[in-house]
Amino acid sequence: MYEYWEQIHAFISQPWPWWMGGITIGSTLFLLLYFGKEFGLSANLRIMCAADGAGDYADFFNFDWGKQGWNLMVALGAMFGGYIAANYFGGDGTAHISQQAVNTLNQIAGSDVLSYGHVPIVPGSDVIHTEIDPFWNLYSWGSLFTLRGLIIIVGGGFLIGFGSRYAGGCTSGHAISGLADLQAPSLVAVIGFFTGGLIMTWLILPYILRIPF
Amino acid sequence: MRLFKYMVVGFMFGFGMWKLEAISFYRIIEMFHFQSFHMYGIIISGVTLGLIITQLFKKGKVKTIQGIVHEFNDKDKTWWRYIIGGIIFGMGWALTGVCSGMMFVLMGSGYTVFAIFIASAMLGTFSYGYFRKALPH
Repeated sequence: MYEYWEQIHAFISQPWPWWMGGITIGSTLFLLLYFGKEFGLSANLRIMCAADGAGDYADFFNFDWGKQGWNLMVALGAMFGGYIAANYFGGDGTAHISQQAVNTLNQIAGSDVLSYGHVPIVPGSDVIHTEIDPFWNLYSWGSLFTLRGLIIIVGGGFLIGFGSRYAGGCTSGHAISGLADLQAPSLVAVIGFFTGGLIMTWLILPYILRIPF
Repeated sequence: MRLFKYMVVGFMFGFGMWKLEAISFYRIIEMFHFQSFHMYGIIISGVTLGLIITQLFKKGKVKTIQGIVHEFNDKDKTWWRYIIGGIIFGMGWALTGVCSGMMFVLMGSGYTVFAIFIASAMLGTFSYGYFRKALPH
């Protein structure tokens, strides 16, 4: 019995190919539609604002958020999913990015701190089994007390929260649910996501990462 | 129990996104540099399967658990909000390598600094709600 478990564990722990994305996203979308709901995770930010009493300041938050509890459960489930995947099925704990991507990242850092096949899955060291060069130690409490870390954590969060509500959805609401429903506004939003992403990645991010403090 | 099933769906999604490395900042940078098919494959296969599923629900071939045909709402046909909001969201996505679903996955996996990221995202959403009437839609 234990042997079988070992095999299953090893099978799940290996890096997943891209087409597993279709299965993961497809089944998520299917189940939520089957339950009579729609897939959109950024709506939780609005729900959490409303639950904290934001309705006193803007009508936008005056809605029956109690009925949206199911979406908070999806977010909570996603947190558990991340916990179990990272801690028990993490495999070698690396991001299997291409050699070109490694070169680009090293170019941004100005030194060869990353090597192909050994790139930690995320740039942070709060989870014990990852070791990382200080340049890429972004997802940590210590990083929050540096200017570049502050911009990345606090600034990134603000843009995500502001932009997703302004656009009426995020990667799940527009890029998945909206595109799957052939909504033209969602296509415009997704083109916007990529335009913004390209501007940030090519023109701004390298300079933020190179801030020495 | 009524709400528990949503947690199971979220669990599957979060687990999958971690294993697919969609939570990786490096994967996002790689995607915006067009240096791998991986992320595009995830999105394209997800949307393709999603398209079939959505059509099945729209045409009533599959009914919801309540036994009714799910009603889809068309999104408002205004454009500025999608263009400007989309660009702002995209910039945030590439700045941290995280979108609004992945922030929960990362928070759960042990990168607790994402509590600050989520709080900041809530502030962003609040700011939008506060200034909504002054913004072009």
